Amino acid sequence: MIGFVLRKLAGVVATVAVASLVIFGALYLAPGDPASLLAGGQQPSPEALAEIRERYHLDDPFPVRYRHWLTGLLSGDPGASMVWKEPVTALIGARIGTTMLLVAYASLVILTVGVTAGVVAAVGGRKVDQALTVITTVLMAAPAFVAAILLIWVFATTLSWFPVYGSGSGFVDRIHHLTLPALALSGGYLAYVSRITRTEVRAELASDHVAAARARGLPRWTVLRRHVLRNAAPPVVAVSGVTVAGLFAATAVAEQAFGVSGLGSLLVQSAARQDLVVVQALSLLLVTVFVVVNMLVDVLNAVLDPRLVREGVA
Amino acid sequence: MTLLEFENLRVSLGDRPILRNVTLSVAAGEAVGLVGESGSGKSMTVRSVVRLLPEGAAVTGAVRFEGADIASLGAAGLRRMRSRDVAMVFQDPRAVVNPVRTVGDFLTEVLRDQGVNRADALRKAAGSLSEVGVDDASRRLAQRPYELSGGLLQRVVIAAALLTEPKLILADEPTTALDVTTQEEVVAILDEQRRRRSVALMFITHDLELAAAVCDRIAVMYAGEIVEILPADRLHTEARHPYTRALLGSRPGTVPPGQRLRTVPGVPQSALTAPPGCVFADRCPHAEDRCRDTRPAFRGSAACHLLEEVR
Ligand SMILES: Nc1ncnc2c1ncn2[C@@H]1O[C@H](COP(=O)(O)OP(=O)(O)OP(=O)(O)O)[C@@H](O)[C@H]1O
Ligand SMILES: [Mg+2]
Repeated sequence: MIGFVLRKLAGVVATVAVASLVIFGALYLAPGDPASLLAGGQQPSPEALAEIRERYHLDDPFPVRYRHWLTGLLSGDPGASMVWKEPVTALIGARIGTTMLLVAYASLVILTVGVTAGVVAAVGGRKVDQALTVITTVLMAAPAFVAAILLIWVFATTLSWFPVYGSGSGFVDRIHHLTLPALALSGGYLAYVSRITRTEVRAELASDHVAAARARGLPRWTVLRRHVLRNAAPPVVAVSGVTVAGLFAATAVAEQAFGVSGLGSLLVQSAARQDLVVVQALSLLLVTVFVVVNMLVDVLNAVLDPRLVREGVA
Repeated sequence: MTLLEFENLRVSLGDRPILRNVTLSVAAGEAVGLVGESGSGKSMTVRSVVRLLPEGAAVTGAVRFEGADIASLGAAGLRRMRSRDVAMVFQDPRAVVNPVRTVGDFLTEVLRDQGVNRADALRKAAGSLSEVGVDDASRRLAQRPYELSGGLLQRVVIAAALLTEPKLILADEPTTALDVTTQEEVVAILDEQRRRRSVALMFITHDLELAAAVCDRIAVMYAGEIVEILPADRLHTEARHPYTRALLGSRPGTVPPGQRLRTVPGVPQSALTAPPGCVFADRCPHAEDRCRDTRPAFRGSAACHLLEEVR
C-alpha cells in the first residue's frame, strides 16, 4: 500500500513537471515578442520592454529561463501581473477561498444528489427510472451557461430568492451568493454521476454474489448496503473524483455568469487580456489540483478495493 | 421423514416452460443427486426451494419444506428459511463471494445478522474453517477472495453453508469451476461434513459416477422433467429409462481407450421445444407412436411407456 501511494506520488510529480514545461514553453511558441506579450498586450515603451527582458531573463536560453520561473514558483513567488500591477500570489489569494467554496458546494450537490438519484433509479422500479432518465438527459444536454441564465431568470429575477451578482462576504452570505452558481455548475456533472451510479448499481444487483447474499437470507437493506453499494462504490468514486477535480477549471463559466470573483473568472479575464504571468501560474495550479485530487481518489479506491493495489492498474 | 417435497412443480417464464412437472421428495439427512444435460432444469429445481427464480417466473404446484408450502412464506419467513434451514453452494466460488470484502465478513455476516456478537461469530467461523480442512484459519479470515485459490474458496463457501447449521444444503455443480485435483477433495469434504451432521443434500452434477458416490438416490432430469429416480447403488443395474441408459453409455470409461466416445444421439431438448408426448421420444432409439403422442406417467421409478419392453 505504501509502495502504491509512493508510485502515485511519483506520477503526480512527473505529470506536474511535464505540465509546467508545456505551460511555460507555450508562451514561447506563441507568435510575437515574448516581452510585449508579458507586458500584457499594451504598447510599452522601449525602456519598459528592456526592463521586462531583464526581469524575465528573456535573453537567456530557454532552460535558464524555465529554471528561473520554476524556482520563483517553488519559492512561492510566481511574479507580478503586468495588467493588475499586483503580485500573482495576491491575486490568487484573494480569490481561491471563493472558488474552493464554490467547488466544495457544487461537489456536495453533485455527489449527494447524483449518487442518490442513481441509486434510486437503479432500485426504484421502471417508472422512477424512466423519470430520472428524462431529467438527467435534460441536465446533460443543458450547458452550464444556459443553466445559469435559467437559474438567474427564475430564482434571482422572478422569485428574488438569490442575488444575481457577486461573491458575498461572511460564510452565510457567501453560501447565499454561491447557491445559483453551484447549481449551474452541478447540473451536467450531477446527471453524469447519477447515470454512472445507476449503471454500476444495476450491474451489482444482477451479479452472482448479490444473488448469493440474498440466498443466504440477509435483509434487503443489508444486501443493498454491504454488497451492492459497497461494490458499486469504487467506479463511482473514480468518476466523481475526476469530476470534482475538473470542477476547478469548470468554475470559469459559472463565475463569469454570476459575477463571482474567483479563480475561474480570473483565468478568463487574464487570458482575455493576455496576462500571461497569471495565466501560466493559474494553469499550473489547476493542473496540480487536478492531478492531486485524482491521486487522492486513486488511493481511496485502493482502500475500497485492494485488488487495485495488487494489479497496479490506473 | 420427508424434509423437502416437490409436487407437480411447474415453472415458466412468460409462455416459456422451464420446469414441466417435477415431483420429488428428499428425506431428512438424505442426499439426492440431480443429473441431466445442460438446460434440463436442474438449477431451477434447486433454486425454487429458496424462491431464487428469475424475475417474472410463474410457479404452479408446490414445494414444501417441513410440510409448509414455501410459496406461502412471507418475506420474514423466507429470510428465516434461507438463513437458518437451507444453505446453497454454487458453482463458481469466485463469483458468489463478494470480491471486495474479507473471508471473515463472508463467513460471519449471516451469524451477525442473527444477533451473534462479532467475537463469537469469528470464533465459530474459524472453527468451521478448520472443520473443512482450511489451515491457519485466523489468517484466512482476514484475507480477501482473490488471495485464495478456487478450491480453498469453495471450502470457505462450504464452511459458510455449514455454519448456520442448516437442515438442507443445495449444491449446484459445486466442483465444475475447480481443477480436477481439487474437485475430489472438495466433494469429499462436503460429503463427510454433511454426513456427520446428517444434513440433507441436493447435489447437482453432470458426473453420474460422482453423483452415485455421494448420493443415496439419483434423479435424472430431461427437458424440465424428472424422467427417472433410482437408488444410487443400483444406478448401473436398474436404470430403465432410455435416457438414463444413454447417459450411462456416454460416459468416458465405458469405451475402451482409443475408441470414440459414445454420445446421446440427437440434440438436447429444452422444456420449450418438448413435444406433446414423451420429452425424449425424438432421440429415443426405442420410441413408438404412443411415445410421440401421449405423455408417459411416472410409474414406479421412471416416466416411460416402454419400461417393460426395454430391458
Ligand atoms: N435467468 C434466466 N432467464 C431465462 N431463462 C433462464 C434463466 N436461467 C435459466 N433459464 C432457462 O431455464 C432452463 C433451465 O435452466 P437451468 O439453469 O435450470 O438448467 P441446468 O439443468 O441447471 O443446466 P446447466 O447444467 O447448464 O446448469 C434453460 O432452458 C435455461 O435457458
Ligand atoms: Mg445449472
